[in-house]
Amino acid sequence: MLELKELCKTFHPGTVNAKTALNHLSLTLEDGDFVTVIGGNGAGKSTLLNAIAGVFPVDSGSIVLDGEDMTDLPEHKRAALLGRVFQDPQMGTAPTMQIDENLALAARRGQRRGLKWGVTRAEREKYRTLLADLGLGLEDRMSTKVGLLSGGQRQALTLLMATLKKPKLLLLDEHTAALDPKTAMKVLETSQRIVERDGLTTLMITHNMKDAIAYGNRLIMMDAGTVVLDVKGEEKQQLTVPDLIRRFSAASGKDEANDKLLLS
Amino acid sequence: MGFFGSLINALPGAVTQGLLWGVMAIGVYITFRILDVADLTVDGSLATGGACCVMLIRSGVNPWLALLCAFAVGMLAGLCTGMLHTRCGIPAILSGILTQLALYSVNLRIMQGKANQPVGVDKYPLLVSQRFVREMGLRNPILLAAILLVILIGFLYWFFGTERGCSLRATGANPNMARAQGINTRSNTVLGLMLSNGLVAASGALLAQYQGSSDVNMGRGAIVIGLAAVIIGEVLFSKVFRNFALKLTAVVIGAVLYYIVLQIVLQLGLNTNDLKLLTAVIVAVFLAIPYWKDKVFRKKQGGGKTHA
Repeated sequence: MLELKELCKTFHPGTVNAKTALNHLSLTLEDGDFVTVIGGNGAGKSTLLNAIAGVFPVDSGSIVLDGEDMTDLPEHKRAALLGRVFQDPQMGTAPTMQIDENLALAARRGQRRGLKWGVTRAEREKYRTLLADLGLGLEDRMSTKVGLLSGGQRQALTLLMATLKKPKLLLLDEHTAALDPKTAMKVLETSQRIVERDGLTTLMITHNMKDAIAYGNRLIMMDAGTVVLDVKGEEKQQLTVPDLIRRFSAASGKDEANDKLLLS
Repeated sequence: MGFFGSLINALPGAVTQGLLWGVMAIGVYITFRILDVADLTVDGSLATGGACCVMLIRSGVNPWLALLCAFAVGMLAGLCTGMLHTRCGIPAILSGILTQLALYSVNLRIMQGKANQPVGVDKYPLLVSQRFVREMGLRNPILLAAILLVILIGFLYWFFGTERGCSLRATGANPNMARAQGINTRSNTVLGLMLSNGLVAASGALLAQYQGSSDVNMGRGAIVIGLAAVIIGEVLFSKVFRNFALKLTAVVIGAVLYYIVLQIVLQLGLNTNDLKLLTAVIVAVFLAIPYWKDKVFRKKQGGGKTHA
C-alpha cells in the first residue's frame, strides 16, 4: 500500500521562477491498484513520480510504501521497493553495457553488491526465457550493447528490468510517449500483461486519454499539483473521453480543456 | 651511429617508460572512460606516489612495501577528491584541481621540503631501474613492468566483472539508471576515484625508482599523457579489441607507442621544451575527432536540422 500525505514541492522557491509542482497532494493506493494518471502539462504528474522515487526531496508531507516511511530515504535506497520506466528511452538502461549485464544489475536491486560474478550462467538462461516473452528477438542478442537497440526495444527491456524483482510499486512515467504508435501499443500491452501477471501496484502517467481509460482499475487526474479527479471500478469502466474532458473542466475550473489533453 | 641506430638504442628505455606510464594510463581509463569523470587529481597523486615510495625506501623500507604504501596514499588522494565532489557538491574537475594543488604542498612535506629526492640503485634494492634497461636478465625493468601489468589487468578484468564492478560501470554509463536500480552512485564514484589514484600513485612510485629520484614536478601534465595513451589505444584498437582486458591492454600499448613516438620526434630534433605543447595538441585533436565526425555525419544525414 502506498500512502502519500500532504505532499508539497516548490521548485526555485523565493525566485521569480518559483513553481509549485505539488500542492498538498494526498493519495492512497491499495495493493494491486493499477492507476493511470492524466493531466495537462505542468500539472505535476512527473514531479509526483519523481518525488516518490526520491529524485529530489519534498518540501513537506510523507511518503509511506508498504509500511515503510521513505520520505527521507535517498533515491538508491528507495529503489529496493520500486520499479521505474522513464519517458526517455535513454534513461532506463546503461548503453555501454550488454543486455544481460543490464538485467543482472536490475536483478540485484536492493541487494548488497559484493565480489560475486556480476552475471552468472544460470541467470543468463533465465533472462533468455524472459526476453523471449517480449517477442522482440532480444533473447538471441544478449551480449549486444544496449546502446545499439531501438527506443522501443530499450523501453521493453527497461520494463523487464523494472519488474525483474517484483517491486512494491511500479512507476511508469509516460513510458510510451517517445515511441511510434505501433511500438507504443506493444510496450503498453506488455506492461499490462506483466502488471496483471504479478499483481503489481502501478502508477502510470499517460497523455493519451483513451489509454488512461482502457488500462488500469483506477484513474486520477491532476491539475496544479493536486488530484482533482479520482475515478475507480465500475465508474471508470464506463468513462468516455468526452466525459473525462467535461469532468476535467468542471474539476479544474477551466473552461477549455487543455489542448494537450484533447490532442491525444 | 645513424638515426636508426640511436633510435634502437633508445627503444628499451622508451618501452619501459611506456609500460610504467601504462599503469597510470589504466588509472586514467577507469575515471575517464568507465566513470566518465575527468579527474585532474592525477597530476598530484603521481608525484605523491613517487615521493612516498622514495622516502620510504630511503628510510630502509622494502621496495614492495613502499610500492604498496604509495598505492594506499594515492587512494587517500582519490578519497579526498571523491569527498569534495560527492559530499561537498564541487564539480569533479574542480575537486581534482583542488586536491592536486593541495598535494603539491603535501608532496614537498613528504620529501622533507626538497623539490627532489634521489634514490640510488647502488644503495637500495629497487624494483626497477633505468640502469638495467638494456640488460638481458631478471633485473631488466621491462620484465617486471610487464608482469605487474598482466597481474593488474587480470585483477581489473575480474573486478569489473563482479557485482560491485558492474555497478561501478553502470554508475559511469548512466547514473540515473544506476540509482533507479538501487546503486549508490556517490560511493561508487568515490571508490572509482580511489582505485584510479591508487594506480596512478603506484605508477609514480615505479617511475621514481626507474629514474632514480622523485620530483615534485614529475606529475605535471600527467593527465594529458594518460589521456594520450587511452586515446591512442582506442583509435588503433577499438575495432579489434572488444574484450575489457584487451581494451586495457590497448591503453598500455597506447602509452608505449606514445613514448616511442616521443623518442622519434626528439631524435628528429624537436626541442624538449616543446614536448608538452605537442602532446596537448595531439590529445586535443584526437578528442575533437569524434565530435567533428558526428557533425559531418549529421549534416550529410539531415541537413535541415540547423534551425532547431
